[in-house]
Amino acid sequence: MKDTDIKRLLYTHLFCIFSIILSIFIPSFFLENFSILETHLTWLCICSVLVTVVNLVLYLVVKPNASSKRSSLSYKVTRLLKCCVYFLMSCFSFHVIFVLYGAPLIELVLETFLFAVILSTFTTVPCLCLLGPNLKAWLRVFTRNGVTSIWENSLQITTISSFVGAWLGAFPIPLDWERPWQVWPISCTLGATFGYTAGLVISPLWIYWNRKQLTYKNN
Amino acid sequence: MQKVPVLLFLAWVCFLFYAGISLFTSGFLLTRLELTNHSSCQEPPGPGSLPWGSQGKPGACWMASRFSRVVLVLIDALRFDFAQPQLSNVPGEPPVSLTFLGKLGSLQRILEIQPHHARLYRSQVDPPTTTMQRLKALTTGSLPTFIDAGSNFASHAIVEDNLIKQLTSAGKRVVFMGDDTWKNLFPGAFSQAFFFSSFNVRDLHTVDNGILEHLYPTMDSGEWDVLIAHFLGVDHCGHKHGPHHPEMAKKLSQMDQVIQGVVERLENDTLLVVAGDHGMTMTGDHGGDSELEVSAALFLYSPTALFSSTPPQEPEVIPQISLVPTLALLLGLPIPFANIGEVMAELFSEGKDSQPHSSSLAQASALYLNAQQVSRFLCTYSAATQDLQVKELHQLQNLFSKASADYQQLLQSPQRAEATLKTVISELQQFLRGARAICIASWARFSLVRMAGGAALLAAACFLCLLASQWATSPGFPFRPLLLIPVAWGLAGAIVYAGLLATTGLKLDPVVVGAMAAVSSLLSFLWKAWAGWGSKRPLATLLPIPGPVLLFLVIRLAALFSDSFVVAEARATSFLLGSFILLLVAQLHWEGQLLPPKLLTIPRLGSSASIGPPRHSGTYALRLGVGLLLCTRLAGLFHRCPEETPACHSSPWLSPLASMVGGRAKNLWYGTCVGALVALLAAVRLWLCRYGNLKSPEPLMLFVRWGLPLMVLGTAAYWALASGADEAPPRLRALVAGASVVLPRAVAGLAASGLMLLLWRPVTVQVKAGVGTPRTRTVLTPFSGPPTSQADLDYVVPQIYRHMQEEFRGRLEKTKSQGPLTVAAYQLGSIYSASVVMALTLLAFPLLLLHAERISLVFLLLFLQSFLLLHLLAAGIPITSPGPFTVPWQAVSAWALLATQTFYSTGHQPVFPAIHWHAAFVGFPEGHGSSTWLPALLVGANTFASHLLFAVGCPLLLLWPFLCESQGPRKRRQQPPGNEAEARVRPEEEEPLMEMRLRDAPHHFNAALLQLGLKYLFVLGIQILACTVAAFILRRHLMVWKVFAPKFIFEAVGFIVSSVGLLLGIALVMRVDGAVSSWFRQLVLAQQR
Repeated sequence: MKDTDIKRLLYTHLFCIFSIILSIFIPSFFLENFSILETHLTWLCICSVLVTVVNLVLYLVVKPNASSKRSSLSYKVTRLLKCCVYFLMSCFSFHVIFVLYGAPLIELVLETFLFAVILSTFTTVPCLCLLGPNLKAWLRVFTRNGVTSIWENSLQITTISSFVGAWLGAFPIPLDWERPWQVWPISCTLGATFGYTAGLVISPLWIYWNRKQLTYKNN
Repeated sequence: MQKVPVLLFLAWVCFLFYAGISLFTSGFLLTRLELTNHSSCQEPPGPGSLPWGSQGKPGACWMASRFSRVVLVLIDALRFDFAQPQLSNVPGEPPVSLTFLGKLGSLQRILEIQPHHARLYRSQVDPPTTTMQRLKALTTGSLPTFIDAGSNFASHAIVEDNLIKQLTSAGKRVVFMGDDTWKNLFPGAFSQAFFFSSFNVRDLHTVDNGILEHLYPTMDSGEWDVLIAHFLGVDHCGHKHGPHHPEMAKKLSQMDQVIQGVVERLENDTLLVVAGDHGMTMTGDHGGDSELEVSAALFLYSPTALFSSTPPQEPEVIPQISLVPTLALLLGLPIPFANIGEVMAELFSEGKDSQPHSSSLAQASALYLNAQQVSRFLCTYSAATQDLQVKELHQLQNLFSKASADYQQLLQSPQRAEATLKTVISELQQFLRGARAICIASWARFSLVRMAGGAALLAAACFLCLLASQWATSPGFPFRPLLLIPVAWGLAGAIVYAGLLATTGLKLDPVVVGAMAAVSSLLSFLWKAWAGWGSKRPLATLLPIPGPVLLFLVIRLAALFSDSFVVAEARATSFLLGSFILLLVAQLHWEGQLLPPKLLTIPRLGSSASIGPPRHSGTYALRLGVGLLLCTRLAGLFHRCPEETPACHSSPWLSPLASMVGGRAKNLWYGTCVGALVALLAAVRLWLCRYGNLKSPEPLMLFVRWGLPLMVLGTAAYWALASGADEAPPRLRALVAGASVVLPRAVAGLAASGLMLLLWRPVTVQVKAGVGTPRTRTVLTPFSGPPTSQADLDYVVPQIYRHMQEEFRGRLEKTKSQGPLTVAAYQLGSIYSASVVMALTLLAFPLLLLHAERISLVFLLLFLQSFLLLHLLAAGIPITSPGPFTVPWQAVSAWALLATQTFYSTGHQPVFPAIHWHAAFVGFPEGHGSSTWLPALLVGANTFASHLLFAVGCPLLLLWPFLCESQGPRKRRQQPPGNEAEARVRPEEEEPLMEMRLRDAPHHFNAALLQLGLKYLFVLGIQILACTVAAFILRRHLMVWKVFAPKFIFEAVGFIVSSVGLLLGIALVMRVDGAVSSWFRQLVLAQQR
């Protein structure tokens, strides 16, 4: 049972990686002059939308936590609205945190905000899909021994690696190499993307290696 | 463990670091003394008559002038091969077609048509190949080093004797056009000057076109004797495009036209010099010492014949500074005093028509003059310092005396053979080259042994800190032997080494002696440690730093190896600090200390499920973290930009208010600054009030009540005067001037007296004794009576010293005195931190005065930041009541990061031009006269204010968790008054002992202080170690003198300031501890009576 779970996890993750790759190559068929570095903001929007959609679809298809107690329409609608509010909140709070970390306050607002959006896509959207708009559950997942399934475990890993990737992405900015990708926030968004992808790859493998040690309460 | 040995141990560790730093410095920072002596016409360089043919001619000085006018076309970064033709005539090889070759065609043409009039040289440049250093060399004839001792850091003006100075004193009109670096080097020296900014490297044409606008009109007007045109286009083109770009070919062609135009306008008495100041690498950069950088082109031309021979096939290689004595003698000027260049003898050969013998004699006389001058310089220099090697100097002197004897002989019998003349010339040349060689050896060579030794010593000291900090808190720390024996060994090593030197008759170098002492004591310590430690512990404990903290430290250190990161350190540090803070918060959350356990409904199955209940409400740590981030970001607004990033704009808030124009805005800012001062004062008072220390009747608290507001008042008044001094009515000028002298001194005096008070009576407790309510136990209650008001409940955190009572109970019972005794002593719980906070406040106010007004906001932020950080750190530190107490690594690392961040946010940068020189004039508006230590102290205090404050405040890291202990119980007391009685009869374990826990275990307390000191020294020490290793590895890096060397110097001085501050802070805590002990003793004695 566990192995099949891990396999499902792996396939969903492969879909996510595939969506990111698609977001790099598909738009050049429709848009002229599309390239990640030069029309970075466009790519950010496309990647964010695509990853969100893929996440949602995968969630609906795979249904990792199938035990939905209530299924009335109004409940679902409020839940959806709540999710949207949470997503926006996370975008804004990321924006604030970036500014606190030294991002320019007045200039490049759109760039900073889109970076916040893409980071939310990589972190908040999977959380929303898996855990719903339930802050306490989120907080629980991100404590030591707080995870209850391999899905939560992989969520933990991908989220943390996205953050770490975005964080590491800030390091090349001061270097004097004068490359186009050193401009704020391109290196950070690329770092977040790489981190997310790495997390997607690593988490099934890590869970597979440690499957003997991992014991969850619900399993 | 006693107090004094702890301090001694820390002082010894500091000494190890100092020895390492000074050893490294002596090998790395090459110094040269700048002599202010000048050559003059009236005074020949040596005994004996002035050479042949110079007397009686007009304009003759040491030698008759051959040219009355010179045009110096200085083309920045004109590499030697830029002046080469296209080498298409090499048989058998494909023609090299490099874009820059053959573009200076006019040079080649002149060389072919007029071989006796022109000559091309490959001039060998001394590193560093940066323009300013080159210009210094090209005018003084000396070798510039990183620190030219005696130079004024504030301005770059050349104080040594130089060509321009000689020209102006000879009454020549010097016209300059081009690079504005000359403006700083020779302020006011030019009769006419057209300066253009050299700042924008991307701009190829502004400077050159500006010069061209003025060059020909000036030449035609004839109102000049020396014309200097410094073109920057080639250099900028190299920086922007590199030498192989077509743009470079265009630029060189333009230069070719310039040379052609100048040549056409030359008259017979004029010499044309076309020179590059340095070369450039394949990528167009310069500054280092690679072959391409140190070879520059030098071209001489005159309409009259200059040379007696035709040019050689391959251009001759000459040192660049040879131009200086040559030009001086050709123009009939004295050679600049500190010149060590050798004249280009063939230029003194009297043209092509003269007889070979007389031309050789002329060459010999020029060389002899030059040698006399160099010999005079060497004598003066070696008398002033000990830099030069004695033995070689002696040999050179012998050589010179032999050569001069030969020369004198030659003069007396002019018909001597050609051979004698040849020997004299070769002897003189040999002397000049030898002189240059020993100067290079002592000024331009790193001593790799010393550098490596210094770095190794620093590394060993860091290792020692790590080792000892782990070991210090363990009970079996063999303290005395570990301190005494190494010190004894160190002394012995130093004495032995000094004796060895004395017997061999070598020079006694205090740096090396100190290093020897450090090494021998360190070795014996490590030996002792190894023996004492044995195999009891695994080596894994040698790396006690937890992973995340280690990662941060490594990133911080790695950043010191990249020039970009050193330049951007201000931003990088606040980024790291922010990350560190969030990491701390996340770690607290990860460990489950952030959330109440009820939220974590899932039972934990992991092994380490023993997580204590959180001591604070859920978002407490999060709020602290966000507050800290906000403060860091706000402090980052006060940011001075490094020179290297022209796109960045420095904060306008760093300038003093006096420079503001708008009256309204100025008043508003003034109000804000005073508000910040008042807020700082109010915060400190509030803090003292909260922990109750303010209620003490001690003189110190009297000072807090009255002295501190007085200081604030004084500061505010001084700022008002300073910012509006120009607007004062004339009648009040004298008053204002007097006040601006008195006020800062008064504030500093008040602060000093406050510190004195603090040291004299640091115990700020309030005693209420002998309330005769009989109690069942001798244990004291929180209050000496029923609480009189709610304020008492809220603010006063009363403390009882239960253990003291128990300790003395036996004695009391022995005396069988008057039954139960009651003493209530308040505020004991915060006694240590109260004095540290007081000390910090008292230090902060005078330091604040040295900064610009608006930096007061940063100081407010600084206090706020450290307060929040301490709380955040304390949230993660469990209190281990009986000891041993430890300060975690993350606390120390975050503290050091905060210190660095504050250094930058107070408007500093680790480069010399960014030093706030105006701080020297606070309280001394008229300057200091001849004293140098006082301005140095003031400027140093301004620059290293944050290092000092954070080092002195370091003990707070240990004390704060105990202080935060009061928060839990305090809540209980704030319950409705009905519970009061219950609260008072609670078991005594519930009473917060706070810092008295430390006093309960004096051994652990001292050990913890030692450990804290060692850890802080370690964190600072690895920074300085990284700086030294970076400077060592990158000593040939392009940016070594611009970035790494200043960073190393600032880091080293900062380390020294920090270590001294750390010792002072720890000594202060120990003084308080001693005072508390004696206070108890008095109390008990009073009780017994």
